[in-house]
Amino acid sequence: MIDLQGYGPRLIEGAGVTVQLAVLSLILAIILGLLTASAKMSRNWLLRRTATVYTTLIRGVPDLVLMMLLFFGGQIGVNAISDMLYYNYDIDIYINFNAFAAGVLTIGFIFGAYMGETFRGAFMAVDNGQIEAGKAYGMSNGLVFRRIRFPQMMRHALPGLSNNWMVLLKTTALVSVIGLTDMVRVAAEASRATHEPFTFLLPVAVVYLLIASVSEWIFARLQKHYDIGFGGQ
Amino acid sequence: MLDISTWFNDLLAGNVIFTADTLGYYWEGLVTTTQLVFLSLVAGLIIAVPLAIMRSSKHKWISLPVYFFTYVFRGTPLLIQLYIIYYGVVFIDGIQESFLWPVLREAFYPALIAFTLNTAAYTTEIFRGAIKATAKGEIEAARAYGMSQNLMMRRIILPSAFRRALPAYGNEVIFMLHASAIASVVTLMDLTGAARFVYARYYAPFEAFLFVAAIYLCLTFAILFFFRYLEKRLLAHLRPQDA
Repeated sequence: MIDLQGYGPRLIEGAGVTVQLAVLSLILAIILGLLTASAKMSRNWLLRRTATVYTTLIRGVPDLVLMMLLFFGGQIGVNAISDMLYYNYDIDIYINFNAFAAGVLTIGFIFGAYMGETFRGAFMAVDNGQIEAGKAYGMSNGLVFRRIRFPQMMRHALPGLSNNWMVLLKTTALVSVIGLTDMVRVAAEASRATHEPFTFLLPVAVVYLLIASVSEWIFARLQKHYDIGFGGQ
Repeated sequence: MLDISTWFNDLLAGNVIFTADTLGYYWEGLVTTTQLVFLSLVAGLIIAVPLAIMRSSKHKWISLPVYFFTYVFRGTPLLIQLYIIYYGVVFIDGIQESFLWPVLREAFYPALIAFTLNTAAYTTEIFRGAIKATAKGEIEAARAYGMSQNLMMRRIILPSAFRRALPAYGNEVIFMLHASAIASVVTLMDLTGAARFVYARYYAPFEAFLFVAAIYLCLTFAILFFFRYLEKRLLAHLRPQDA
């Protein structure tokens, strides 16, 4: 086996941080993506515009720059808000803007824009007659969404979703730059300390490949589930 | 000339952060980013074409090694690849005595190598998809003309595959521009590196990073429009014919 020189437990901890970060960001991104897709398809001009500006801006700027903006700027912004609260309303709170929150927020925010595009295409692929049929049955909008639009939309969205997830997973490596101790940061620190970069960086690369392979398997199962009734297409 | 410089100084007068000095850093950053992205894209493209042909080969022993290469480079974060090359280059036997060392010692070249390999992997897969999508009839026609495999590749398959790959390749170029921001992690003064420097010096995250975000946005749009123009020119025959 490889001698991890005592860095083993920290690397495993770091892997945990990577996975947590990725899953939480994915959840945030899906929620934002659904909201963005709905906004883009809405009849309201302002909502459509806002969603377009959001997706265009996010996709035009590097993830790392957005992350640094939010992380370095976030603390100043949060401090300004708590100062304002203290001076004006005498509310004394201290909010610590930590790297993990910044990471989840930025990654979720970035991929929300990509998910928005994926979901929009998928929603439009659902036959309008189905939605009309649901309404004719007297289903409420929420029920139509839950029982008809969402399950059918997912079938079309899954390939894009799985693609976005793979990119998101790799993007989590960037949080090591803003000071979060994920497995990349532990590996980089260990490489510098021991002068053995391959011992630490190669296993971490393999862990990424493993996570990617496991997710590929999960997405294949999900696709099978959402393809029920459309077999052979 | 004097007029311009006084005008410029007047414009910046009273501005603490965006002095001619810091704008100089951003300019240097822009030059570094452009060099890195452009050189890695060109080198990556040159590597990707033969790899894509190998990847579409019928023989497993030719296509599998290429698949392994693209799988590894597309499945792991670019940051890890950069670290492995940046920290690992020292450990190549005899590298420190070789003539290459003064070149490889600087962060620019390890970054360039990492970016090149990464974009080569993505581009290979893009081209493979385009090669695979070649219409059967075109290949049959080429065969019927008695073209050899090589001639067919050169005259029929590759030219049409390049065109088909254009939209996806445009995305890859933008992706590469954005990915290049991590060069700042290995002490390179690219655009993001300049922004980090300005941030650290003035503790002004919003000014430093919003400004650089705007530059990236402009670059992204420039690439986008360039590829739109190319597509319009090169894919004219695929456009829907209107009355």
